[in-house]
Amino acid sequence: MKKLTLPLTSKDIKELHAGDSIQLTGVILTARDCAHKRIKEIMEKGEPLPFELKGAYIYYAGPCPAKPGMASGSCGPTTSARMDSFAPALLDAGLGGMIGKGEMSDEVRRAVVRNERVYFAAIGGAGALYAEAIKKSECIAFPDLLSEAVYRLEVENFPAVVSFDSYGNSIYD
Amino acid sequence: MRKIDTQEIESVIYKMALDAGVSLTDSCKAALYAARDEESEGAAKFALGALCENFELAEREKMPVCQDTGMAVVMMDIGQEVVLEGKFLGDAVNDAVRRAYKDGYFRKSVCDPVTRKNTGDNTPAVLHTTIVPGDKIHITYMPKGFGSENMSRIYMLKPAQGVDGIVDAIVETVKIAGSRPCPPVIAGVGIGGSFDTCTYLAKKALARDLGTHNARDDIAKIERRAYEKINALNIGCQGFHGNITALGVNCEWAPTHIAGLPVAINIQCHCMRCRKEVL
Repeated sequence: MKKLTLPLTSKDIKELHAGDSIQLTGVILTARDCAHKRIKEIMEKGEPLPFELKGAYIYYAGPCPAKPGMASGSCGPTTSARMDSFAPALLDAGLGGMIGKGEMSDEVRRAVVRNERVYFAAIGGAGALYAEAIKKSECIAFPDLLSEAVYRLEVENFPAVVSFDSYGNSIYD
Repeated sequence: MRKIDTQEIESVIYKMALDAGVSLTDSCKAALYAARDEESEGAAKFALGALCENFELAEREKMPVCQDTGMAVVMMDIGQEVVLEGKFLGDAVNDAVRRAYKDGYFRKSVCDPVTRKNTGDNTPAVLHTTIVPGDKIHITYMPKGFGSENMSRIYMLKPAQGVDGIVDAIVETVKIAGSRPCPPVIAGVGIGGSFDTCTYLAKKALARDLGTHNARDDIAKIERRAYEKINALNIGCQGFHGNITALGVNCEWAPTHIAGLPVAINIQCHCMRCRKEVL
């Protein structure tokens, strides 16, 4: 299985093809429904986001609280399609890529190709496995959203599959 | 008359909720092992292997199997000879859920539908009570995740559409859901009743163990036909293609109106965490 370090280089991205099983190491940021709504509102007002979006990798997820001694509680992906309406604008604004589960719209796929990015699928329902891959977790924005807040996660050998590659191929086709 | 203190119900539901959050039903575990061994496709086989590893780890470490620890659905069949004493039943159920979600480090996923403000403690639970003969209480506890709940559908079919229409509705629901509900899925199907009872039957059907069939031969045949057609859709685990798209199809039925044929399909992901107790 291919091991990759985030952020991905252009060479990494070119070598990834839909269906490849990979493991990611590096920093990812959680954001799901409510966080995306806020991000959109802030961007529309032209105000600065509370974190750097350029080059960031967004993980569509909302973790369980961490048990004592663990960096994170269970933290598998949520359904990416609910973020279909947000993803293209974020990609065009410099987002590094997304990790979630399930199909996304053709518009998202075109934005992935246009920006030479990758959309990864994590294994939906494998929450405990993903908690083990998270070495550090810190809430960096919107703490009032609880599990829907933005958490900065440091992950090691985080298993995923390439869903949309930079050539416009999809594992779901 | 048999007196039961709602405190006892609260204690039982608390234990059920804590246990359900961290472990799948035995029939679901068996179905996932079988799926992993049977699947031949690359990414789907990889994902099924990860899912088996995940539920083993979750059970061992008492961690939530899935971070979507769901809305707490409680179905209670209460014998009419039972007299409930103590605090209000709804409060007892919510208190159990509140404590279990805190003590289990489960995610709190319940919010206002309009403002989206989280209630902060995963209450209120969804409580269905039915009065039945006898002096016992049958409790079914099911944490229900919404990646799959979102993919559920109801069809108000025409009577002329018959059995073929029922099978097609089930298969179409799974097809439309595609990769989104975390396949392999379980389809809980309600056939008949009215608009509301049909969806309740679908949820009740999910609570039945995988590998069991409806006692009525013609209904069991619908389950088998739909199951086979779904697994021919080539959606596969996580939508990565393959032969295992459903772990099971469970149907329950009720008489309906001469003008109608309601069919509700409640989708459940591969993470079936139902618990049952009798008081």
